[in-house]
Amino acid sequence: MKKVEAIIKPFKLDEVKEGLSSLGIQGMTVSEVKGFGRQKGHSEIYRGAEYTVDFVAKVKLEIVVDDAMLEKVVEVILASAGTGKIGDGKVFVLPVESAWRIRTREQGKDAL
Amino acid sequence: MKARWFGTLLLAAACLLLPAVHAFAEEEAQLDTGDTAWMIVATALVMFMTPVGLALFYGGMSRSKNILNTVGLSFVSYVLGSVLWVLWGYSLAFGPDLGGLVGGWSHFFLKGIGVNDLSGTIPTFVFVVFQMTFAGITVALVSGSIVERMKFSSWVLFAVLWLTFIYSPVCHWVWGGGWLGSDGALDFAGGTVVHINAGVSGLVLAVMLGKRRGYGKQTMFPSSIVLTAAGAAMLLFGWFGFNAGSALASDGIAASAFLVTNTSACVGALTWMLVEWFVSKKPTLLGLASGLVAGLVGITPAAGFVDLAGAFAIGIGAGVIGYLGVAVLKPRLGFDDSLDAFGVHGLCGIWGALATGVFANPAVNAAGTGLLYGNPKQVLIQLLSVAVTIVYAGVGTFVLASVTRLATGGLRVSEEQEVAGLDSSVHGERGFVLE
Repeated sequence: MKKVEAIIKPFKLDEVKEGLSSLGIQGMTVSEVKGFGRQKGHSEIYRGAEYTVDFVAKVKLEIVVDDAMLEKVVEVILASAGTGKIGDGKVFVLPVESAWRIRTREQGKDAL
Repeated sequence: MKARWFGTLLLAAACLLLPAVHAFAEEEAQLDTGDTAWMIVATALVMFMTPVGLALFYGGMSRSKNILNTVGLSFVSYVLGSVLWVLWGYSLAFGPDLGGLVGGWSHFFLKGIGVNDLSGTIPTFVFVVFQMTFAGITVALVSGSIVERMKFSSWVLFAVLWLTFIYSPVCHWVWGGGWLGSDGALDFAGGTVVHINAGVSGLVLAVMLGKRRGYGKQTMFPSSIVLTAAGAAMLLFGWFGFNAGSALASDGIAASAFLVTNTSACVGALTWMLVEWFVSKKPTLLGLASGLVAGLVGITPAAGFVDLAGAFAIGIGAGVIGYLGVAVLKPRLGFDDSLDAFGVHGLCGIWGALATGVFANPAVNAAGTGLLYGNPKQVLIQLLSVAVTIVYAGVGTFVLASVTRLATGGLRVSEEQEVAGLDSSVHGERGFVLE
């Protein structure tokens, strides 16, 4: 099993979610996050005083998938979250040791 | 104002052209119901400017941890101004003249003024309350320079001293029969008395208090530009009473002041927006709101003297000067005039006072003839009144703030309170509950 963590532009969330659903992915965790990468922040001007906002709002998706699904999931995220402009985000893949479904106590990929 | 008082000598000339005015003047000792009704409404309009319009205008610009304190400074200013005015402020400003410098104490607690007494064609009580609302807003304007760091106790004491020793005498000089008004200085609704007075005092107080912690290094986001924009629009609403009410009558001069007030405000807003759009590539709502107020400040001394063309010129000048004051001059000089009481009210007040000497059109009001209509001397008289106000307000504020510092053990809140925010640390309240 692998965990896919994707940091994406907030307005791309729906597209990514639909793409993943069509692959048969049945669950994900989404959070609103802030950060910066190469895009850096943006600036706001109040009466001529320019303030740089260092952290930009992004959405973080966390999905745990079976190894067999990994490549397709990553491909769908790359395709649907991309705009070609700076600030599109990142995808990280991490190994997952184990998983349980709390209600039924199923384990491993049955728990996904 | 005032216009009618200055213009007594010119009434003979005016009566040839305006028989109605002549007839009116002959009955000056009589109460006029139209004038009285309008002045009561105008007074209520000006009242609305301080604890609502200015409070929101300023509050929206301060950080969310200080919004309540910022609103509180305006609110308490109105309340204090109201109480002081009926105790001794009115007497010092409009009591019997003592050497052209100040009114006497004879109207302490409005002693000697009764329900049947008249000021011109309106009951004196209406005049007292009308002028009271001016005292309230003027001291509240000062607070814009010092928000987010001044002790509330220091502000309350300073406001009391300032109204007593600065506002009331200056008001007397210009409107109460004192030396500036008799000198021929034109100030229809308060360019010197209100805006220069408040702007310069704010600047001095800001320098004495020092900068806010983190000023110029940390980001200081306004809590809500929506509140600021709404406050600016409410200021415009109230300013109709401020400027058109300063005719002290329901007449053509009031109507003209009403018109040019709105025009200058909107031309100021457009100008500021366009300048900012050109310089920093974005038309900001804060810029529109600031330009609106700048245009209002600029037209204030001129409202009953200039025509529509004058209003356009004053509005454009105010938009440009206000923008330069806050976006160029302030960062260069490095003072923390937090909400730009000096940048907007001080500088645009000076512009308006001088512009009155240039654009005053005798066809609008026989009491004022400016440079463009063949009276260059008026500009010098205006310049003198500006200079005197700057010096008196500046030196006076330094003295009064020094006294306040001694009396209240420092002017500033502690560093810990400043970081936590004045709403919780000073008032024990919150402006917003967002979670």
